[in-house]
Amino acid sequence: MTKVTLTVNGRSMSGEAEGRTLLSSFLRDTLGLTGTHVGCDTSQCGACVVHVDGLAMKSCTVLAQDVNGASVTTIEGMANADGSLGRVQQAFQDHHGLQCGFCTPGMVMSAAALLAENPKPTEAEIRHHLEGNICRCTGYHNIVKAVLAASGQDVSGLGVAAE
Amino acid sequence: MYNFDFVKPATIAEAVEALSGEEAQALSGGQTLLPTMKQRLNAPATLVSLTGIAEMKGVTRDGDTLVIGAATPHAVVARDAAAHYPALAALAGQIGDPAVRNRGTIGGSIANNDPSACYPSAVLASGAVVVTNTREIAADDFFQGLFETALHDGEIITAVRFPIPQKAAYAKFLQPASRFALTGAFVAQYAAGVRVAITGASESGVFRWTEAEAALSGNFTPEAIAGLSVAADGMIGDLHGTPDYRAHLVGVMTRRAVTAAR
Repeated sequence: MTKVTLTVNGRSMSGEAEGRTLLSSFLRDTLGLTGTHVGCDTSQCGACVVHVDGLAMKSCTVLAQDVNGASVTTIEGMANADGSLGRVQQAFQDHHGLQCGFCTPGMVMSAAALLAENPKPTEAEIRHHLEGNICRCTGYHNIVKAVLAASGQDVSGLGVAAE
Repeated sequence: MYNFDFVKPATIAEAVEALSGEEAQALSGGQTLLPTMKQRLNAPATLVSLTGIAEMKGVTRDGDTLVIGAATPHAVVARDAAAHYPALAALAGQIGDPAVRNRGTIGGSIANNDPSACYPSAVLASGAVVVTNTREIAADDFFQGLFETALHDGEIITAVRFPIPQKAAYAKFLQPASRFALTGAFVAQYAAGVRVAITGASESGVFRWTEAEAALSGNFTPEAIAGLSVAADGMIGDLHGTPDYRAHLVGVMTRRAVTAAR
């Protein structure tokens, strides 16, 4: 076991990790941050996406020891300082961008990464960027709408689904 | 996955030393290796991470050559190669998905030499040079069949040197579940002639389509290769496509690449 220290959502956190300990396991089981979900564990579904030094990565396919010292942002770090929902989270609630909610942490983290590099993405760019995030409820339409709304753009042109 | 010792050297020399140990294996971005280890298809005693070696990262222009550090993630190639070698940048930007592109590396991809991976086609079609800690290997000698390369045990790819072509393009027929190429064609035009490399199609991995190269070197248009085809013999057959289907795609994707080349 090796001590791994990360800055998680702005706070320094440490724990012991084996060589094989995945970042997703370290966050959930060692640090107790269970907001990051593990859907497929085969790097297909994207439910486990977190930001490592500002870049979206699938935490089930990164070793905890390999990112020792990094700054990590998880879904728990997406709320505002006063505990209210962050911009992307609020847009998901407003536009019914989740059904069962399992994929939502990864969707929000991928969406936030997109908006950080492209503040006003088109619908096509949003769909392209979310290719690595699978929604098992197939609720993509409202997810795309929520991301578009979170970017401050008009969503009235998009069709209505499941509302 | 089975447990292993993890080490993360800061220099190539330290990595070479660490890889000389019993059952030690190099880990780059891990986007293929870690899933393989989860399935217990691979179980090294020691994993040597190459992600902490600064001298193996980055995209630099050296005259008519673009040098890409082996530990450079796909997303960085997509961004930093765009002004120098747009077809290569476009290829990097189509690998996997955004999260995979932030982690997976060019060196890891070509060392693995998956028969459906994108990068080997660019390396082969560009006549690139694979630089390791001990030598320089021409692309034509590097890829040696399914998951086989010229690398020796413990040898590390440190960089890839791409001669910049006059025109090039990569046309990928996406397998939407895996995001690998069902068949992909990379076409590159140089003063010395045209090179065409095909990935995703052959049971022997990436290969050069020499008949198309000869035709395109005289006339760089899709019409020049309209009458050419490759035999279905030796093509991959799986639930996504038959050997005949892939052989057909070789022609289609090569013509699309020629049309798109710029």
